[in-house]
Amino acid sequence: MSTSDVVPQELSGHVGQKRVGVINDMSIQVATVNGSGSQSSNTVLLRSIFQMGVPISGKNLFPSNIAGLPTWYTIRANKDGYIARKKEIDLLIAMNAETAQEDVKSLAAGASVLYDEPLALDKVRDDLIFYAVPYDKLVAAACSEAKLRKLIKNMIYVGVAAQLLGIDFAEVEKAIRKQFLTKVKAATLNLAAAKAGFDYSAANLKKRDPFYIQRMDKTKGKIIVDGNSAAALGCVFAGCTVVTWYPITPSSSLVETMIDYMKEYRVGPDGKATFAIVQAEDELAAIGMVIGAAWAGARSMTATAGPGISLMAEFTGLAYYVEIPAVIWNIQRVGPSTGLPTRTAQGDVLSTAFLSHGDTRHIMLFPDSVSECFTMAQDAFDLAERFQTPVFVMSDLDLGMNNWMSDPFPYPDKPIDRGKVLSKADLEKAGSFARYKDVDGDGVGYRTLPGTDHPAAAYFARGSGHNEKAQYSERPDDFERNMERLNKKFETARSFVPRPEVTGGGKAKIGILAYGTSHWAIIESRDQLSKEHKVETDYLRVLAYPFTREVHDFIERHDRVYVVEQNRDGQMASLLKLDIKPELTPRLRSICHIHGLPIDARSVTDELMMMEGK
Amino acid sequence: MGNTPTNTPAPAPTPTPKTNRIGLQVVDYRGGKTTLCAGCGHNAISERIIDAMYEMGVQPERVAKLSGIGCSSKSPAYFMNRAHSFNSVHGRMPSIATGAMLANKNLIALGVSGDGDTVSIGAGQFIHLMRRNLPMIYVIEDNGCYGLTKGQFSATADLGSTLKSGVVNDLPPVDTCSLAIQLGATFVGRSFSGDKRQLHTMLKAAIAHRGTVMLDVVSPCVTFNDHEGSTKSYKYMQAHEEPLNEVSFVPSFEEINVDYDPGTTFEVTMHDGSSLRLRKLEQDYDPTDKIQAVRRLMESHEKGEVLTGVFYINAKAPSFIDMLNVTDEPLATLPESVTRPSREVLAKCMDELR
Repeated sequence: MSTSDVVPQELSGHVGQKRVGVINDMSIQVATVNGSGSQSSNTVLLRSIFQMGVPISGKNLFPSNIAGLPTWYTIRANKDGYIARKKEIDLLIAMNAETAQEDVKSLAAGASVLYDEPLALDKVRDDLIFYAVPYDKLVAAACSEAKLRKLIKNMIYVGVAAQLLGIDFAEVEKAIRKQFLTKVKAATLNLAAAKAGFDYSAANLKKRDPFYIQRMDKTKGKIIVDGNSAAALGCVFAGCTVVTWYPITPSSSLVETMIDYMKEYRVGPDGKATFAIVQAEDELAAIGMVIGAAWAGARSMTATAGPGISLMAEFTGLAYYVEIPAVIWNIQRVGPSTGLPTRTAQGDVLSTAFLSHGDTRHIMLFPDSVSECFTMAQDAFDLAERFQTPVFVMSDLDLGMNNWMSDPFPYPDKPIDRGKVLSKADLEKAGSFARYKDVDGDGVGYRTLPGTDHPAAAYFARGSGHNEKAQYSERPDDFERNMERLNKKFETARSFVPRPEVTGGGKAKIGILAYGTSHWAIIESRDQLSKEHKVETDYLRVLAYPFTREVHDFIERHDRVYVVEQNRDGQMASLLKLDIKPELTPRLRSICHIHGLPIDARSVTDELMMMEGK
Repeated sequence: MGNTPTNTPAPAPTPTPKTNRIGLQVVDYRGGKTTLCAGCGHNAISERIIDAMYEMGVQPERVAKLSGIGCSSKSPAYFMNRAHSFNSVHGRMPSIATGAMLANKNLIALGVSGDGDTVSIGAGQFIHLMRRNLPMIYVIEDNGCYGLTKGQFSATADLGSTLKSGVVNDLPPVDTCSLAIQLGATFVGRSFSGDKRQLHTMLKAAIAHRGTVMLDVVSPCVTFNDHEGSTKSYKYMQAHEEPLNEVSFVPSFEEINVDYDPGTTFEVTMHDGSSLRLRKLEQDYDPTDKIQAVRRLMESHEKGEVLTGVFYINAKAPSFIDMLNVTDEPLATLPESVTRPSREVLAKCMDELR
């Protein structure tokens, strides 16, 4: 198994070229064994570069396993702020004997390899730059307690890499102290290991690769956080009160982080919680509890991934028809069951859009960044309660579980919108109400909450067969009227969901349309297209479904629109085709990326150029 | 709502309608007209629910009626129109009930399910509801068959019982009561829709309990399972019902004026101060002893009797909602000032991520 997707050298003009003095532009891959504690080392290396002021991203490519299987961590440092995954690896840190040979073989010529001396990787190829490090000797010298050595062995490569790349050791020390905040002994031991590596490199390794980290100022004031933590914070500040969930990779950390934040910031002075978080017995129960809580008036949510979404199908349809708000975070991953549950994809777009049976359509939001994970949390709750319907936030593993650099999140600038809920006082004024009557012409009725102390407050919540007063009805005209109102509600939502982000001069013939985490490859690819191929493009990033008018206009304005996404079947393109004028559908062209690793710019650029016939 | 009409002078010619302790009439607890078959046990259960709620003086607006799918699950439409109701999906009412109670712990949750809804498709959610001890009353209207899909066996059908067509059931039944006791429900009993007095009393005690009440009520299906060969028919129940104890109940708001003999009666003080009295029909039966309860239920199966009464009660165990330690005000209606932390908190969180 390998994570490398580097094309054979002779086919590519972008790799294997000799470069001199490459400053702040590189990708580092660390190959380790799952469960060996490499996560701390990798975070320290990432933070050290970040503290040098250089934009970074860190992507963990890990197996579905607790310990023993190979895992890779990719750090990209880029002065221009490109933080999508980069195909080529410039520096490999080979710590896993099992994958080392294959990892080395898949590198492009000219790359560097930092390896454990006994692996003798320098015998494998002669077109790479090799640095051998005697880890066992160094760790033995740095740590007198034999049983602790394996815990800090990985920190040695941080020191070696820092020295080779020209990172100040003070930054490594700072990052280690942050990583082991209150664990003084661990900090001391790790510091000694990093220093041993740094000193060994300075004394013994002759710099032969061209890569350097030099101090710049592009990370000042920024934060580093993963999308699930950002989403958790967003939900805490969005006034969420009930969370019910069932553990599933890659969504579990969203709720687990939320539990920590809630315990810290959502407990009143009397020690009582302003929230309830319940681990359900399965996803069917998780969504059932969300719906039950929302029916009774709570801002409730769950977080899951594709298989969980499938299990939530029946209840989602009920919520759509009974018109109950619900917020569901779909942290998308690859496919069903076992296989690649720890790899990323945007594969649930179609199944989520129409989840359930009968006619159903659901609002979806597509965050591209940790910042949008935060802000879209409130959007999701507000939309769910405003439109009394399930809202899905379509994140993915790449966004949810990896570390991203970001500006600090803005404090919410709008009050919480609880939608159309009638209180006892409202009912006293009105005398009565009809739950499913379109009073305001927007397709959204008024609801009451169980427990509202008024004899006219109650209504009977049931599936599809009801009239405006929520009474049981199988009359064709009642059913048809209700279905049309639900449709109207969805149409109203078009002008309430977040608008797309459109960039470019507007004069290009070629448009690129993407969403979610594909965004980071697109911004880099557009620059590649412009600089390398003189091909200018406009770009629209979809933030929500239903599509707003801007999406239709964008397609209308361009001869060809490349829809870039991380699935096999061009799911977003299909969804667009259902929405746009039939004569425009031939303009859509799909660029699909499907191998479980985050999309990269080069693949987009190459495929787009090929499809352009150039 | 619910104020005692103290200042309303009653018109002289008409007699003052009978009201309960919160000034409501029985009619305030009624529902829509039933669409179930004439003679269906479920209708009798609806009547008992109306009477119990009325007599206990429960504010109808505080009640949340919950159900899954099936004949039983339709019945919440036929009682207490002034209570919110949620007819959800098949076998999944427990999760709706759990969510509703998380959102508003002041609700009185009353779930009505069937044997198919509970024991087959809903077995998973039923099990976890019981082990959470969520404060709610969970009534199984148990007729041993799927009425709404025309009479297939359910998982509570007894071994050897037959369908109308003569098909014999060759799988053992699930005993919902012993299951509920083992899993953690804190008030477990069985009754019969035809036993008006016992069911009525058990429902009143159920309303006073804080925790999961699981009542399995045998409720004959007159259309598909009331024939010779059925063990859930009126005739079979009349012949085989075996009360374990004689249930009486004194609500907290009534003066206790009847003494009892501790030697022959087991008294339980309920959460709200009410008193549940179980007159022992079998010496030495202790309804707070789980192991004894399960053993006695297993014995009754061996003997072919349908044991009824209160099998197990624990009025002191903390409920799921108690364990969550949520605010006194329902989570559903907490204001933004409470549910959104301050700017300073966000600034602190951002600092920690730098």
